[in-house]
Amino acid sequence: MSPHLSIKIGGEAGQGIQSVSRLLADMLQDVGLHVFAYQNKESRIRGGHNFVHMAAAVEPAFSARRDLDILICLDAASVSLHSDEVRENGLVLFDPDLVPEGPEGSKYFKLKFAAIAKEKAGSKVMANTVAIGAALAYAGMDFEILSAQLGRFFGSKGEDVVKGNIAAARAGYELAAEYLSHRAKFSFPEKKQETVMLSGAHAIAFGAIASGCSFLSAYPMSPATGIMEYFFAHREDLGLVAVQAEDEIAAINMAIGASYAGVRAMTSTSGGGFSLMVEGLGLAAITETPLVIVEAQRPGPATGLPTRTEQADLLFAIHASQGEFPRAVLTPGTAGQAFAAMSRAFNLAEKYQVPVIVLVDQYITDSIWTQEPFNLDDVTIDRGSLYAGSGDAAEYKRYALAADGISPRAFPGNPNALVYADSDEHDESGRITESAEVRISQVGKRERKFEGLVSEAAQPVLYGPEDYEELVVCWGSVLGAALPALDIYRAGGAKAALLHIEQAWPLTGSAVADAMKKAGRTSCVELNSIGQMARLIRAQTGLEFDRVILKYDGRPFLPEELAEELGKEAH
Amino acid sequence: MVSREDYGSFETAWCPGCGNFALLESLKTALAEAGIEPGKLLMVSGIGQAAKIPQYLRCNMFNGLHGRALPVATGAKLANHELTVIAESGDGCMYSEGGNHLSHAIRRNIDITCIVHDNQVYGLTKGQASPTSEPEFDSGTSPGGSHMEAHHPLALAIALDCGFVARGFAGDMEQLSQLIRDGIKHPGFALIDVLQPCVSFNGINTFKWYKDRVYKLEETDYDSGNRSIAFEKSLEWGGKIPTGVLYRASRNTFESSEPAIAKIPLVKREWNPQNLRSIVDKMK
Repeated sequence: MSPHLSIKIGGEAGQGIQSVSRLLADMLQDVGLHVFAYQNKESRIRGGHNFVHMAAAVEPAFSARRDLDILICLDAASVSLHSDEVRENGLVLFDPDLVPEGPEGSKYFKLKFAAIAKEKAGSKVMANTVAIGAALAYAGMDFEILSAQLGRFFGSKGEDVVKGNIAAARAGYELAAEYLSHRAKFSFPEKKQETVMLSGAHAIAFGAIASGCSFLSAYPMSPATGIMEYFFAHREDLGLVAVQAEDEIAAINMAIGASYAGVRAMTSTSGGGFSLMVEGLGLAAITETPLVIVEAQRPGPATGLPTRTEQADLLFAIHASQGEFPRAVLTPGTAGQAFAAMSRAFNLAEKYQVPVIVLVDQYITDSIWTQEPFNLDDVTIDRGSLYAGSGDAAEYKRYALAADGISPRAFPGNPNALVYADSDEHDESGRITESAEVRISQVGKRERKFEGLVSEAAQPVLYGPEDYEELVVCWGSVLGAALPALDIYRAGGAKAALLHIEQAWPLTGSAVADAMKKAGRTSCVELNSIGQMARLIRAQTGLEFDRVILKYDGRPFLPEELAEELGKEAH
Repeated sequence: MVSREDYGSFETAWCPGCGNFALLESLKTALAEAGIEPGKLLMVSGIGQAAKIPQYLRCNMFNGLHGRALPVATGAKLANHELTVIAESGDGCMYSEGGNHLSHAIRRNIDITCIVHDNQVYGLTKGQASPTSEPEFDSGTSPGGSHMEAHHPLALAIALDCGFVARGFAGDMEQLSQLIRDGIKHPGFALIDVLQPCVSFNGINTFKWYKDRVYKLEETDYDSGNRSIAFEKSLEWGGKIPTGVLYRASRNTFESSEPAIAKIPLVKREWNPQNLRSIVDKMK
């Protein structure tokens, strides 16, 4: 068996795929594996066909794998749609009562999940646990570990539920062990790695909260809703204010109001909501109010594919709004990077008094990730330049001209400062003006902050050999599939390295250009249809990629698929 | 002691004879009489001639986007509820562009006083119909009339059980400043719609037109505590127009249901990332 365990759990919406996969992920994490689980779901509450695509590995896993070791079918469609993805000697688990005409063959294992659960545990509700027991027997997990896990997982529901689930799991486990014992086993690690497991949405919210963000206003929109829900869940214990706004326009304006009044504030949305926020983005810019916006992309335009993934809002995020102003756009590649990006985002927003967009996607927010426990010592809070003057409060100049464009902030309620903020062009004190001279000086003041943002921009990260012949560039969440894809590609003889762009703006170009010039061939891999990063890099460096590898069907790249694309000569 | 002078005196960009002047003066009187120091007041406005009012006051101000005064005011109030927050703009800003925000700000019942300069016309963009224009109001964007029912902001507010619903008139500064003072004192969302003439673009609803029709509810035996009667009263228009407090009710404020700010304002919260230690441990 490969160094990773590749699992798919398919079924209808509402059948418990989420809870099965979460339980399975918890167990795999608990034996010391890294887990990644991508949610492939339709935009509906019941029915249809959804699946969770999971990888567990000793090394950190940021992507599912194409070839499956185990397919757990909770509906007939899973058998017909995904059986071909199961490798030779892999396992397709299904309930013949559910799929009476199911296929025959060595990889198919028929197990009456519901009937067994009813017989052994007294309730069909535990049918999914029977399937988990069988899957983990096949993978080679000790039953004691499985049983201890079930105790922990269902412990809060009472002893009967725990006992029932253990009985159900044992039944599935023993039947599978009996018939599948000849199969190769996955080698579970001897030493337990300490990890945390959570969705990307929760990692983002947690990163924001760790950085001292205490205010979130947002409107529910897939795939960003998990971020706001995390804030609501922790209002009381962490002292947060969360507001479900009436729309995204209100959401961004509320966050701006809160930030103006002195707290770290954010909003979260997807592309459609961000479209509504754009006027507010400009308001944050001209009033120089720090603001962090998380934009979790999904395929557009308009409603697009609401529950799927894409990277087609890059140029929009960089250019959104009328007028000109500096901003930063961060493009973390994993949940862990997204956690770290949040504290960077708040520090940049407050230091430069600009809007900062954290551009993620459904792949990051909806997936379940494990990673090393968050190191809170790494979280630094830099609130930027704050006004310390005294004297006549009316003399405070919120927009005082400064060499670096950064004028000290004061908050309303400060006895030494009256704070005037204006969406109109304004003078140094913040009062409305139409003076040509003041206009020029204030535009210049705001624009000078861009130089600071450039100096602090995160440089692209090179993965792989320094002496590469081919450079593959990606940004954001494509990192997850690109890392193993490059491993496969290199194993086939390619001398290739991966350059991941963690911050898309400001993109001054020199680091990317230097890396590209060293390569004999350059490729840009993106989840959109026009190659937005390739265009941005061309605009910033004048360099053209030899090829762009694009995907825009709403599904993420799988490493094997991407490796095959890389292996093709022409594009 | 706070005086009207503490709020400063500025040159304005308003037309001579505009109702805005009476609103500005009434507001200063109300603030002085309520003893609110300029440093503890935040004026939030949108865009329009009315929305320039914070520019002519010496106090904290956020002059934001057209229609968006209430969300900014909401965020600021939640961040620091020790501030007195007033959101002030015109009928186009609050009832048209910002109509959705008004409904939901009332539902939330956040402690903000919302003052609307209602002259039934768009002034700054030069004379188009506003949500409160009469159906027959003839303008560049409503030739021969808008043929739409005029907005009834006070009826809307009462329908949503807004705790303080009042109408003032720019021609009665004494009543108006009292209404503003009461609105500020009211714990929760207060809507004060202020009738005012637009001397440049509304030739129908003139100072005299209003003057001939308004009467004060406080001079009648009106009971502002009855929602059904208040709703009926809010629709009275044309021959006679009631001013004063149309409706009062007591509801919990939005702030009072936020556990994080029960003891101190959010802006005074102390934070250390290590506060999350136990959650990280639990995640493992």
